[in-house]
Parts: sequence; C-alpha cells; structure tokens
Amino acid sequence: MNQESVPALWKLARMDFDAVRNRPVLLYPEGAVLLNDTGKAILELVDGRRSVREIARILGERYQTDVTADVTEYLSHLAERELIRDD
Amino acid sequence: MTTERPTTLLAELTHRCPLHCPYCSNPLEMVRAQGEMSTEDWKRVFTQGRELGVLQLGLSGGEPLVRKDLEELAVHARGLGLYTTLVTSGLGLTRVRAERLREAGLEHIQISIQDADPEVAEKIAGVSSVKQKQAAAAIVKELGFAFSINVVLHRANLDRIGRIIDLAAELGADRLELANTQYYGWALENRAMLMPTRDQVARAQATAEAAMRRYKGEMQILFVLPDYFEQYPKPCYGGWGRLYLVVAPDGKVLPCHGATQITTLTFDNARDHSLEWIWRESAAFNAFRGDTWMREPCRSCPRKTVDFGGCRCQAFALTGAAENTDPVCVLSPDRELIDAAVAVPSDSTEYRYRVIAEPQRA
Repeated sequence: MNQESVPALWKLARMDFDAVRNRPVLLYPEGAVLLNDTGKAILELVDGRRSVREIARILGERYQTDVTADVTEYLSHLAERELIRDD
Repeated sequence: MTTERPTTLLAELTHRCPLHCPYCSNPLEMVRAQGEMSTEDWKRVFTQGRELGVLQLGLSGGEPLVRKDLEELAVHARGLGLYTTLVTSGLGLTRVRAERLREAGLEHIQISIQDADPEVAEKIAGVSSVKQKQAAAAIVKELGFAFSINVVLHRANLDRIGRIIDLAAELGADRLELANTQYYGWALENRAMLMPTRDQVARAQATAEAAMRRYKGEMQILFVLPDYFEQYPKPCYGGWGRLYLVVAPDGKVLPCHGATQITTLTFDNARDHSLEWIWRESAAFNAFRGDTWMREPCRSCPRKTVDFGGCRCQAFALTGAAENTDPVCVLSPDRELIDAAVAVPSDSTEYRYRVIAEPQRA
C-alpha cells in the first residue's frame, strides 16, 4: 500500500454500528473489527476509486494536519488481514 | 464477574443431519428432534445475544436446513443487525430455500466438502452427497451470497489438499477453511484412523502456503496446523468464556461446542435463564476464566495470557481433569499421550460413523 494505491473494501466486509458497544464496527465472515472514529473516517472514504493520497488529502483538510503516514499505515494493516484490497 | 462481551454465537439449531462424518464436532450423545428448542426460543436467544454484544451469528447443526423455520430465524437475525452465516452440508439447499434465505437477508453461506475425490468424499460422509453439494454451491454463487467452503482434513484426504483447493476455487468460494481434525467427541473415537503422519502435515502445509499466495485477492485460504503437531496448545476461542458461546439444540449454553464432554460441569439452559445471566454469572462460564483455576505448569507460565492453558475439553478428555494443562503443550507432564497418538496412526478406514442413538426400548 503506497500513496498511489487505490484501496477497496473486501467485497464480503461491511461497516456497521454496534449500539451495544457504541462503536463503529467492520463485519465480515467469521470476524469483526471494532473501529475508532479515525478508522471509521478513513474507511468511509475507501470506495475503490480514491487513491490513498486523495483520502489523506481530504482527511488532512478536515483535521488541519498531515495524516498521510497514518492513513497509509492503517490501510496497510487492514490489507495484511485481507480486509482491504489494493486495486 | 466478567466485563467481556461475546462477539460470536454459534446456534446449533439441531443435531439432525443427513451426513455421518466420523469427525463430527457434535457430542456422542445428541439431542433428538423432540428435544430441540422452538422458533420463539431461538429468536429470544438471538435477541439476548445481540443485547449482550454478539455481532456474528452462526446457524449451524447438525444440518440447520432440516429446521423448517430457518428462514424465519434468518429474518429475525437480520433485523437485529447480526452478520449471519449458514453452516451447512449443502444437502437440502434447494433454489427455493436459497432464494428465501437471500430475501431473509442472510449474508454468508459455508458449505462443507469432504474431499476432491468423490468416492473418498462419500465414504467419509457415509452417504451419497457430492452432486448435491456441487448443485448447492452453484446456487449460492448465482444468488450472490458470500461463500465459504470448509474442509476437515485428516489422514485420508490430506494428500489431496492441492486438488481440494483447486476444487474450491472452481466452485467459486470466496473463502476456504482448511481445518485439521480436532480430536474431541466423534473424532476422538476415530482418532487412530484420522491421524495423519508428520510428513503428510508438512507437505500439506507447504501446498496450502503456496496456494495462499497463488489465490491471494481471489480466494482467502485459512490453514491452521493441527495442535497435536505443535509445541504449544491453541487459545481455544480466545479463552474460556471470553468471546464465544454456543447454544446447543436443547438450549444448553456452552463456552465451546465440545464442552458437554466435561462431565464435572453443569451447563445452564437458555430456556431457564437469560443469556446474560449465563454468560456473567453461571458456574460453568466462570469455571475457567482468569487464572486462579490453573495448575502448574500453567499457573507460573508466561504463556498463560497467550493460550490460557489451551483447551479445557482436551485436558479433560485425555487427562481426566479439566484444570490440567492441555496435554498438547510440551510443558505438560502428559504430553506423552499426544506423542503416542501421533506415533500410531492406522491405515484402517473402518470408521465409527456419527449416528443419533435410537431411544432405548423397554
């Protein structure tokens, strides 16, 4: 995963909100990842069209700071678990 | 009292099944149809599960398709927001039922296959089943479910793991679980015949790892080494009563599907108590939480927070005390039990097949 990568969510995974834990959650066959607000903000921008660079730019403007390294690391971590595909 | 919340509930809706696999994870003493919980019971259990924190629901068995209310249960689960998997043999998954399940909002179907060689597959299943499974797989793909294939590995099919992986890809699986036999219940009865050789396991592991790279992005492949061939035990479902619970067909609530073989414990029933009470308060769920129950060598071992002493069912079945270290662990004084079982595999295939015992007649 680098800045030019175009991440897409695994087609079997979907985001949901767990009202019991009051946390966003990524659900997929036989598994669940509890997300924090940052993770949710990143994954909401993952659509199989935007590059990592574009996602980082949008979030950077929102939070008024350079988040490129964080976004790349977060998506790389999910890619290792095959929850994010690099198209 | 635990503050943990379970993420996964396995609902064993029935023990009835058209297959007779000699490694079945159901207990030797099974629940008959009359003993199964009602539709309303199961709905209540799913609702209570969600309130307790469950995110993943497995509709399993036996063969869950023998329950005529399966579609109704799937609708209820979807309404609760659960991510639901149907765990099936594929037998009974007609187009009509699959379409109804799709409408019900079921997301994921897991079909078992026994082997890539049809003759060996049907010998293991104890019944003609290969064609029906292929037809079921085609319907699952066509209707757009998330699709997993599960294969239990043992001495008679491990050498064909490469062909099994290719077959799963041909059938269009999104995920393939290659699950080495765990020796509880029926599988323990048949252990000598199911036990692979060390060479078989090593070759299969190499083949599976090569296939994981080849199919990356296309089909996710999971392969876990059999615990008998490892140095340390597995952290069974993340530890006793931490993430996982099973509800048996008669409503008994268990920390894992093999737990009823621990005859020194009494398991409470979802017909009598709420799931939350059973999870937080019941003696069985609290029996092996934390580490005060542990004996040596676990108690002073730094790995106790990694594997929680291994599997309580295996400790009970093989050493006679559920508090003992899982004998798979090389630090266990009972490890010789495992080494002896690995050392004497049998070429026989005179399996003791899974059957529900007929009631005793007076």
